Amino acid sequence: MMSLIDLENVGFQADGQTILKDISFSVEEQEIVTITGASGSGKSTLVRILSTLQSRTSGTITYKGKSIDDYDPIQYRREVSYCFQQPSLFGDTVKDNLQFPYDIRNQAFDVKRAQEALTAVDLNSNYLDKAITELSGGERQRVAMLRNVMFYPQVLIMDEVTAGLDEDNKQIIHKMMTRFNQNDHITLIIITHDQDEMDHAKRLITIENGQLKGDERRE
Amino acid sequence: MNSSSLQISNTSLILAAGLVLIALYIGYREKLGIDRDMIIGVLRAIVQLYIVGYLLKYVIKVDNIFLTVVLMLIIIFNAGYNAMKRSQGIPNTLWISIGAIFISTGVTVGAMVLTHALKFIPAQMIPITGMMASQSMVAIGLCYRNLNTNFHDERQQVLEKLSLGGNIKQSSMHILRESIKTGMQPTVDSTKTMGIVTLPGMMSGLIFAGIDPVYAIEYQIMITFMLLAATSLGSVMAVYWSYKGFYNREDQLVLPTSAPKKKHH
Repeated sequence: MMSLIDLENVGFQADGQTILKDISFSVEEQEIVTITGASGSGKSTLVRILSTLQSRTSGTITYKGKSIDDYDPIQYRREVSYCFQQPSLFGDTVKDNLQFPYDIRNQAFDVKRAQEALTAVDLNSNYLDKAITELSGGERQRVAMLRNVMFYPQVLIMDEVTAGLDEDNKQIIHKMMTRFNQNDHITLIIITHDQDEMDHAKRLITIENGQLKGDERRE
Repeated sequence: MNSSSLQISNTSLILAAGLVLIALYIGYREKLGIDRDMIIGVLRAIVQLYIVGYLLKYVIKVDNIFLTVVLMLIIIFNAGYNAMKRSQGIPNTLWISIGAIFISTGVTVGAMVLTHALKFIPAQMIPITGMMASQSMVAIGLCYRNLNTNFHDERQQVLEKLSLGGNIKQSSMHILRESIKTGMQPTVDSTKTMGIVTLPGMMSGLIFAGIDPVYAIEYQIMITFMLLAATSLGSVMAVYWSYKGFYNREDQLVLPTSAPKKKHH
């Protein structure tokens, strides 16, 4: 069966330094892949390359059997969406953020859908008009993640989205991830340092000094 | 016009030059370290202004359309070149700046000529072109500086918008708006304070030359409208043409840098 994403000998060099070397693995449809590694190991670079925000310097990456270079970057990024660690929110209100995905598609903002999305992540529907400056760290992260799924992507890459959050907020984010994967059929690529997330990972990929050191599947 | 009141003798000029000594003395006493720059600046100003004075005298005397156009183009090119120097590595800014200044100056001056508010004679075209081009140059320089600062400071927000599937224009729009606003701000501010804080150069010049102040004000109002149009046109064009230089062909954010690259040991 053809994998959703295939990486073959992916490498990245910058200013004469090797950041990533010969990374190869595949991601199946609706899989949850957890990637871990020490700070500076190259995992954020890897997911930025996967989300085409950066270009690899060697190797090949295919998505749905076609090289990612052959996709229109905008269409690809709408299918393979990347959520940043400590995201910055746009504009003034929560609405400004949830409306952005509609604006870029020239579609009218679906207020009902946005309110439902907010309540599903334990935020009140009237949060839509809440100023982003009044949000807690956990609330900011939830709003940022909702931006990525207002239009369901095929793949959602999450870069340490629970870092710095308290246990309650982590649980809410974990529930969001489970729902995205099981109900909305989104393939998840999760970057984490969190021991609990690593322990519960169904598949754990370890990156060390820019190289793939482990790819463990657990059932 | 009472032109006799405008006569200035060489003695008066020499006496005025004595005022520079005050500035030099302050610079020396306060150890500002700008004495050399000040002397060079004064000498350059004298030489440049005399050259321009004699050149303008000749061009106005011969009143040739071709020569007038050539001088206008030289002004525009110089303004574009100086605006480019503020771009700190944004690609293609020489031609972008020249194009934006050419169009903004051309549209405003052209409209006034077509409506017979101005005559296509060197005595009017050259100073007016200088005013429009220099204001556009300042606005475009500010736009470039703002683009550079904001693309650096708000890099993550731009990346997030790109990662959500925004195109480069949608992902940069907040920076583009801010930059255009910054470019236009000095002109808007000076418009608001005109007559209260500043008596603009052109209006003062006309009053100096003995023109009825009300007539001078009417001219100044026209110039103010032209400056607003020129800076907004120049800023919009320069920003929309240059922001693409912050991206590569893969729609990835690539920040230009004019700073020398670090050496790796």
